[in-house]
Amino acid sequence: MTRKKRRLVLITSALAVLGVAAGLVLYALNDTIVFFRSPSEIAAEGTAPGSRLRLGGLVKEGSVVKQDNAHVRFVVTDGGADMAVAYAGLLPDLFREGQGIIAEGVLEPDGSFRADSVLAKHDENYMPKEVADALKKQGVWQEGSATR
Amino acid sequence: MNPEIGHYALVLALGLALLQTVIPIWGAKVGDAALMRTGSSLALAFCGFVMLAFAVLTVAYVQSDFSVQNVVENSHSLKPLLYRITGVWGNHEGSMLLWVLVLAIFGAMVALFSGNLPATLRANVLGVQGSVGAAFLLFILLTSNPFLRVVPAPAEGQDLNPILQDIGLAIHPPLLYLGYVGFSVTFSFAVAALIDGRIDAAWARWVRPWALAAWAFLTVGIAMGSYWAYYELGWGGWWFWDPVENASLMPWFAGTALIHSAVVMEKRDALKVWTVLLAILAFSLSLLGTFLVRSGVLTSVHAFATDPTRGVFILAILILFIGGSLALFALRAPLLRQGGIFAPISREGALVLNNLLLTASAAAVFIGTLYPLALEAWDGSKITVGAPYFNLTVGALMLPVVFAMPFGPMLAWKRGDLAGAAQRLMTAFGLAILAGAIGLYLHGGGPALAPLGVGLSVFVIIGAIVDIAERGAVGRVPLATSWARLRGLPRASYGAALAHAGVGICLLGIVAETSWNSERIAGVKLGESFEVGGYELTLARVEPRNGPNYRDLVGVFAVRHGGVDEGTIESAKRLFTARNMPTTEAGIRTMWFSQLYVSLGEELPNGAIGVRAYWKPLVTLIWIGSVIMAFGGALSLSDRRLRVGAPRPAKKPRVIEPKMAAAE
Repeated sequence: MTRKKRRLVLITSALAVLGVAAGLVLYALNDTIVFFRSPSEIAAEGTAPGSRLRLGGLVKEGSVVKQDNAHVRFVVTDGGADMAVAYAGLLPDLFREGQGIIAEGVLEPDGSFRADSVLAKHDENYMPKEVADALKKQGVWQEGSATR
Repeated sequence: MNPEIGHYALVLALGLALLQTVIPIWGAKVGDAALMRTGSSLALAFCGFVMLAFAVLTVAYVQSDFSVQNVVENSHSLKPLLYRITGVWGNHEGSMLLWVLVLAIFGAMVALFSGNLPATLRANVLGVQGSVGAAFLLFILLTSNPFLRVVPAPAEGQDLNPILQDIGLAIHPPLLYLGYVGFSVTFSFAVAALIDGRIDAAWARWVRPWALAAWAFLTVGIAMGSYWAYYELGWGGWWFWDPVENASLMPWFAGTALIHSAVVMEKRDALKVWTVLLAILAFSLSLLGTFLVRSGVLTSVHAFATDPTRGVFILAILILFIGGSLALFALRAPLLRQGGIFAPISREGALVLNNLLLTASAAAVFIGTLYPLALEAWDGSKITVGAPYFNLTVGALMLPVVFAMPFGPMLAWKRGDLAGAAQRLMTAFGLAILAGAIGLYLHGGGPALAPLGVGLSVFVIIGAIVDIAERGAVGRVPLATSWARLRGLPRASYGAALAHAGVGICLLGIVAETSWNSERIAGVKLGESFEVGGYELTLARVEPRNGPNYRDLVGVFAVRHGGVDEGTIESAKRLFTARNMPTTEAGIRTMWFSQLYVSLGEELPNGAIGVRAYWKPLVTLIWIGSVIMAFGGALSLSDRRLRVGAPRPAKKPRVIEPKMAAAE
């Protein structure tokens, strides 16, 4: 092979690899991203059941019901709307009533939310950014209250 | 010591860094040897003053000097001494100071161990290194001064975030920074070469030790962080594709590509422009990582710093250095003369493939990490790019890398023989199929890809052994000859084989853990049992215990396997009293390479305790493999030919492969 031909082979194969990588990224992005929604947004948009979401808000005071088999039910609120959540598993250390959390899971046909993971942040003063924004939108939360 | 001394030392260090940026580079430009020589002394003095500042802050922490705001916010007089010291970098200000300290140490090492470098290159390297130091010191002094006082001084501090009070944290950030900041040296070398407009194979030889050292530290740092998250967060996960983890993974991919392409440049004088670009890229991604972590732009478990002015400042540093270096690259790169050509099937070809796929992986991680931020800035919609995206893209891109890994070292430079390489790898291939079959037999239930993954890992591990055996011609020549050959092999060959085997071992751990782990969530009362992964766990007793600054509620589980008593596991819920914050102290029991992992939940209404237990087969191989990789890097580093400061051969550099030289 001549120098030119070799260079051509190299460049073509490099482009091929990059093309495959770009395709892969686009395909994966299309398929795997999860949207964040607050309870009010779900109520307003009528989000279709079965879609995967990250739900964020405050755990409503007095709503946490623990069952014996480590299943738990609670209500997530952003002040504007409520959403009932069912979760099987251990809650994070900083899960408390009144605390901002994010639950990832699926919207059920009956309008409740089945979470397969619940995140509370690892600092009691810290509010998840999405949750803080959602609460601000509902006017529940002002800058500087309970967070830094 | 008086904290103002630390503050003053930082200001002096800033002045020295500015001088270090200007004088040596100016000297190199006008050809003044005396001006160029100032670089080394300035770098050493800079390092001295930053060390002094760091020491002052450490003393303030050790003595619990609560007149210093940083100490008040992150320490507590009851905290054990070790965590008072590690608390120094367990917060934004202190960790930035650690960052600059590591940078200063690397700068001093360049000053000390680069006597054999051409004077202009050396001056330019130290100058660029000084500019990075100046930028970050300015950042610390203007936005994140750790020496600010509070009046009146409170009697007690607020304590360090409890999940950071851990031995894993004590070593994780310093190691990670040694990696991140280590790439500043390769960056400085690249920019210095571009300023010079001259670059040759010797340049690659000087850069490689720094790249290898940074890469090895980064590898161990990432592994430590992963293990820390695994046992401290209590979820039993070892990699979350958290943006902060991704921030360390991106420079790792770029750095891995760099240590490989530098070999091609050193041995064959090819891929020059690409290697320079990678050196710039690796540090740029390190800077990006610093920005992501330190600016609080992300919602993440690590986000213990939130202040936009800092974000904007780091962003400015980022743009200055990345933009500046890339502009210089665009300007000067065409001047660099390209060297040796090679066939697509050759050692160079294999390394090019490795580089393409590694940089593509870095790009995939980059897009997945920054896309949510970009989208939110664009139209306000909030999305998460989670594990499925990264598993799919990085998995698919790394698969061919891993598969090609044993072939690479078997191919000759310039023009390789793929069929011959495949033939020599038949043993490895056979054993791989056998291992896959054993995996399938032992765990019929797992995903279909699992036996394939096991096979691939074994292929890589055996392939590394075959590589060394082939180099010694074991079995083809008398044993004594083989032994002599093996002893004569350069350490870099052993280092490479070891690092490749480490990848295989790490992969084996990943495949086994993800495919065959079992999880059990249960509510357990005293004396009740449950089963996970073939082990029977009984809650024997629950007892409170007191630590220096926390209270534990410990659950003691008796472990039985096949009717045999296997001792106990203790798992605890820990309450840190200063911040009234609970943490989970998982109970972990290692059995060979596998682990039994138990974490406690809350008390349930019926008096039982929520328990989450995992059986994690071969999980420790993930970290053992990573450490082996880093050890391989260190072994290569100790190669005489690469040793920093080794005198240059009097004449032209030794020709490594005489045959090739003849063919040209």
